[in-house]
Amino acid sequence: MSGSTILGVVGSAVILLTLFEMMRRHRLREKYALIWALVAVSVITVALFPVLLFEASDAVGLAVPANLLFFCSAIVILVLTLQHSSELSRLEERTRTLAEELALLRLQVDRNHRAEQQHDPSHDESTS
Amino acid sequence: MTRPDDRRTVGSIAGVPQGPEGLRVLVIVPAWNEQDSITGTLDEIRECVPWADLLVIDDGSGDRTAAVAEAAGATVCRLPFNLGVGGAMRTGYRYALRNGYDVAVQIDADGQHDPRYLVDLIDLMGDADVVIGARFAKADDPYIVRGPRRWAMVLLAWVLSRLARTRLTDVTSGFRASNRRAIALFAQHYPAEYLGDTVESLVIAARAGCRITQVPVTMRARTAGRASHSPVKAAIYLCRAIVALLLALVRDWPAQLEEGAEMPPSPAAPGPATRPSGARPEARP
Repeated sequence: MSGSTILGVVGSAVILLTLFEMMRRHRLREKYALIWALVAVSVITVALFPVLLFEASDAVGLAVPANLLFFCSAIVILVLTLQHSSELSRLEERTRTLAEELALLRLQVDRNHRAEQQHDPSHDESTS
Repeated sequence: MTRPDDRRTVGSIAGVPQGPEGLRVLVIVPAWNEQDSITGTLDEIRECVPWADLLVIDDGSGDRTAAVAEAAGATVCRLPFNLGVGGAMRTGYRYALRNGYDVAVQIDADGQHDPRYLVDLIDLMGDADVVIGARFAKADDPYIVRGPRRWAMVLLAWVLSRLARTRLTDVTSGFRASNRRAIALFAQHYPAEYLGDTVESLVIAARAGCRITQVPVTMRARTAGRASHSPVKAAIYLCRAIVALLLALVRDWPAQLEEGAEMPPSPAAPGPATRPSGARPEARP
């Protein structure tokens, strides 16, 4: 076993174990875990069967197989980051809507409270 | 600080307990850390349009804006954190929609917008869905903007004029009135992004088929912190304006992420019933 194989297998195993542990503790949702799991499995495959990488880079016409590896890693990371940005935007929009609704509800509650007190002044804090 | 003298006659409407043609009018004032100027602005608005309801949206202020505005007699809606003008305004439009207002007017808390033009804006509601209180509409407008900032404004105005098929001179104005149709639209789609609260919301209105028109107004110089004179910042403003405009034009309809969308309740929902009686001095027909 060459050094690069060991490095790849150990790295992927660490990712997979971390994924499993995070999901077990409800720290990660499946939709994110799936992508990372795919990444880890691909790394293991390439580490165990480097011939796949050599053949792929030959097919594309790259002299150095490592370049294909780096290119693919960069693309994967880019896509993941983009996905996170889009999730963030969605979350921000939801937070904004929640904040607006909260403000309107708070206004309504204050108003009802005041109306109640005005309607029946003997109705004190303890009962409202 | 030039105010046309003929405007003074507008004050004669004071004392009439309802808006023109019995319209229910809501004046929305988005405020962020405006504790020093908000009382003056609110008093002035009430003097000019005593028949209108006042709603201050406290956009997560760190100072006493909300308390000061409440003491001045306005209804105050407190956002839990700062959302920007877009977020504050959508809250205001949602309030207007749910409480069945016929007209919603937005006006800045810093006193830049002269409330004496409110009546002019509301008067035009019969002919348009959105009325903008616009600078640069008259030759003698004392409000002068130069350089890239001015180019951006001219470009935006030109594109929006084409889109709305009418002459608009100031599409970045935050002084505008909307009728029920536009309120329902803005309650659902009011962008929170940069320039979204002014330019993009107008693009949305125009694309939804709202009639847009404008009233020439004279704006006052802001008392504190005028828009920056730095040429670099002005150039950045130009770029951001172009990006915001292009995005607004090509954005998918609806122009917002679907999470922000919500079916508006029926505009016919009775609003005044939710109001505690006697909480406000003004009478309602």
